[in-house]
Amino acid sequence: MLNIACPHCGPRAQSEFVYERTADSVVPLDADPEVAVAALFTRTNPKGWDEEIWRHTHGCGSWLLMRRHRVSHAIEWVKPIGPEVLP
Amino acid sequence: MGRYSAFGLLRGAFNGQSHWQPAWRHPEPKAAYDVVIIGGGGHGLATAYYLATQHGIRNVAVLEKGYIGGGNTGRNTTIVRSNYRQEALSRMYETSLKLWQTLSDELNYNVMFSPRGALFLGHSDSDMIRLAEKGDAMRTQGVDAELLSVDQLRKVEPLLDFSRDARFPIEGGMIQWRGGTARHDAVAWGFARGADMAGVDIIQQCEVTGIVREGNRAVAVETTRGRINAGTIAICVAGHSGQVAAMAGLKLPVESQTLQAMVTEGVKPMVNTVVMSQSLHCYINQSDKGGIVFGGDPDNWPSYAQRGQPMTLEGAVAQGLALMPALSRLRMLRCWGGVTDMSFDGSPIIGPTPVDGLWLNGGWCYGGFKATPGSGWLFAHSLAHGRAHEILEPFSLDRFERGAPVDENGVGPMPNHR
Repeated sequence: MLNIACPHCGPRAQSEFVYERTADSVVPLDADPEVAVAALFTRTNPKGWDEEIWRHTHGCGSWLLMRRHRVSHAIEWVKPIGPEVLP
Repeated sequence: MGRYSAFGLLRGAFNGQSHWQPAWRHPEPKAAYDVVIIGGGGHGLATAYYLATQHGIRNVAVLEKGYIGGGNTGRNTTIVRSNYRQEALSRMYETSLKLWQTLSDELNYNVMFSPRGALFLGHSDSDMIRLAEKGDAMRTQGVDAELLSVDQLRKVEPLLDFSRDARFPIEGGMIQWRGGTARHDAVAWGFARGADMAGVDIIQQCEVTGIVREGNRAVAVETTRGRINAGTIAICVAGHSGQVAAMAGLKLPVESQTLQAMVTEGVKPMVNTVVMSQSLHCYINQSDKGGIVFGGDPDNWPSYAQRGQPMTLEGAVAQGLALMPALSRLRMLRCWGGVTDMSFDGSPIIGPTPVDGLWLNGGWCYGGFKATPGSGWLFAHSLAHGRAHEILEPFSLDRFERGAPVDENGVGPMPNHR
């Protein structure tokens, strides 16, 4: 189980969090249809580092951006999603 | 390398069984093949087998980076069934189930297919309505299904907790009697031996590191054992589909996640069928060795680690123990994980890709094992004819952009919501 450092609550067990989707699959509202379809329905799916959106669902409820390794499961950083991160 | 037979075994009794030969060769890769299949799992080996035996295409190589059957083919819970509601899935999985029924004879290799019944439990009125609806849909499509009352269920699986205060009270079930299990390793070995006898080169310890393109055509693969030219390249690599497709510049609608399974110590027969549930995500069956095999949900977050998280394992076991309390006395022997390529609608992606000469057979989520012979048969037919078999047409790579997903569970396009 991952130990995820919530920027608001501190380190918490993964069982409090829910994975939502990868950061690159977020589509701007004014995106071109082709770009939107590609973002929604394809993934880079790297065997390495990627940025993911998680939510501290069973905790403070906030949305988080996490950079995590897909094999070692190491977490490089966790940021709160807000005006500066993934607006 | 002769056929296996009772007579051969008997003859072997007089020469100390010294007649046994390796079941397949270990050839050096040639410079070029008509078809190069990336991935020596069940699907890749079955594709090679049917290409050689059904379509006369014998200049085929199967490239495997580890050892054959060492990926998801050796990591699943060995369940075989074709109980699907949607026509596209029903036709594809039923094609596969029909092949399972005669596979041991076909391959001259005992894959230990055991049609002991694939049972779905219902825990509420709405569960039972959904099971009845699904059973109707199956029977309309010529697939067997039987709705079971609680009294009938008691005779099929007496060890289930039928009490009214059970955690998951049992209201009935729906069973596909032709479903069951098979010996997973034997499926890989049987197809490998059959393909090898038909002339296919199975090359292990040979990892594909690149796909060479000339214009929009894939013409060769770069491997750890040198470049191999190919008329057609077929990707059958399950969890690493996205990785291999990326070598040709493709970005796939899949996300790789871990799926776990576990097995207890061996005991005398106590679970007769494959027990699954309409509302829970836990499946239980007893292997021929006697171990109780458990499976559960995927971990629902991306990972290539081939090891799972304890939360998911605990959840599956808790559900299993609630359904069948007698299992609580057993000790768990092993647990393991495989990398599944979760597609966006829960259905496989199989057919041509935008790159000429490059074909994909992946996105099987957690349902690939039961499809092994059917997938191989249909995919080989497609490769041989240069266009997707009619049964595979709904599973094309471009179905998402066309708005035509094959979504059996009706949960929408998110790989982590399966």
